[in-house]
Amino acid sequence: MEKTLPIIEINEKYCKGCHICVEFCPKDVLEMKGFYVSVKNLEACIKCMQCELRCPDFAIKVITD
Amino acid sequence: MAFEYEKWLRPGKLPHIWCPGCGHGIVMKGLIRAMDTLKLKKEETAILSGIGCASRLPGYIDCCTLHTAHGRAAAFATGLKMARPEMNVILVGGDGDGTAIGGNHFIHACRRNIDMTYIIMNNYIYGMTGGQFSPCTPTGHKASTTPYGNPDPCFDIVELAKGAGATFVARGTAFHANQIDKLIVEAVQHKGFSVVEILDDCPTTYGRRNKFKSVVEMMNRLKEIAVPVKAAEKMTAEQLQGKVLTGVLYKDVTKPEYTAEYAKVIERAKASK
Repeated sequence: MEKTLPIIEINEKYCKGCHICVEFCPKDVLEMKGFYVSVKNLEACIKCMQCELRCPDFAIKVITD
Repeated sequence: MAFEYEKWLRPGKLPHIWCPGCGHGIVMKGLIRAMDTLKLKKEETAILSGIGCASRLPGYIDCCTLHTAHGRAAAFATGLKMARPEMNVILVGGDGDGTAIGGNHFIHACRRNIDMTYIIMNNYIYGMTGGQFSPCTPTGHKASTTPYGNPDPCFDIVELAKGAGATFVARGTAFHANQIDKLIVEAVQHKGFSVVEILDDCPTTYGRRNKFKSVVEMMNRLKEIAVPVKAAEKMTAEQLQGKVLTGVLYKDVTKPEYTAEYAKVIERAKASK
């Protein structure tokens, strides 16, 4: 079965660049690009939702369907 | 699937005022998930707060909200609950708001065992006013008013609430984000005064004065010091040195609830006429 990739939506209007999502991602999917977070390696994402759960600023959404 | 926080948020209010990495946003998300799990109605739910960083929270949530005087959230909430006992009343605030300036209202709300939930976000400091030490600043730690270390012993909010008569006391941390909503759900369902202390981080006024290099380091410290209450049963006193217990720490269902008792007073007064 082919792995379906999620869509990671990052709202740059809300992101304050706190690094929490980057540090707590177990698969190193995200990186800081300038002030904001951006997706580095979407293929590695295991949809654990840790980034969405821990983002204090409502800036990340992981859409899995 | 991503959780739809938008349906509980007032449109146009984000981004919020909290600093980068502040745990209050994580607690707010936990509260929203809890309210969604409980299927609370917006018109039957009231969130009240005093003054402070954490007390800005009701401004973002779309339900009945009241932003009151410093430390007086419990006093206003008592009035609201007495007048409208069917409302779900949730209080939010910080450690300074709840235990220093509002300490009196807090202990008396605990004593009365009135049916409401108090979420105290303990970030060890007065964040909004410039980083003064609060009753929860650990001994020896630095604040803007204690640059050589805080000489005061600090409050244990859990023990304070238990001693004052609260019937449900729990503790979580901003690191254990998926536990926050579970604790709040249980607290709101409890009939009586329930206190949920969430240990939080304040990178701007507390972290930078106490040699925390980053928000992530502060979060990892919360991870290190937290011990679930069941795991603590198997640990020795030595191993528990410097740790804090998390989870539901106290629950008493035998103590009568205040608004129910007051309804009996009303009945007695009517019968005596």
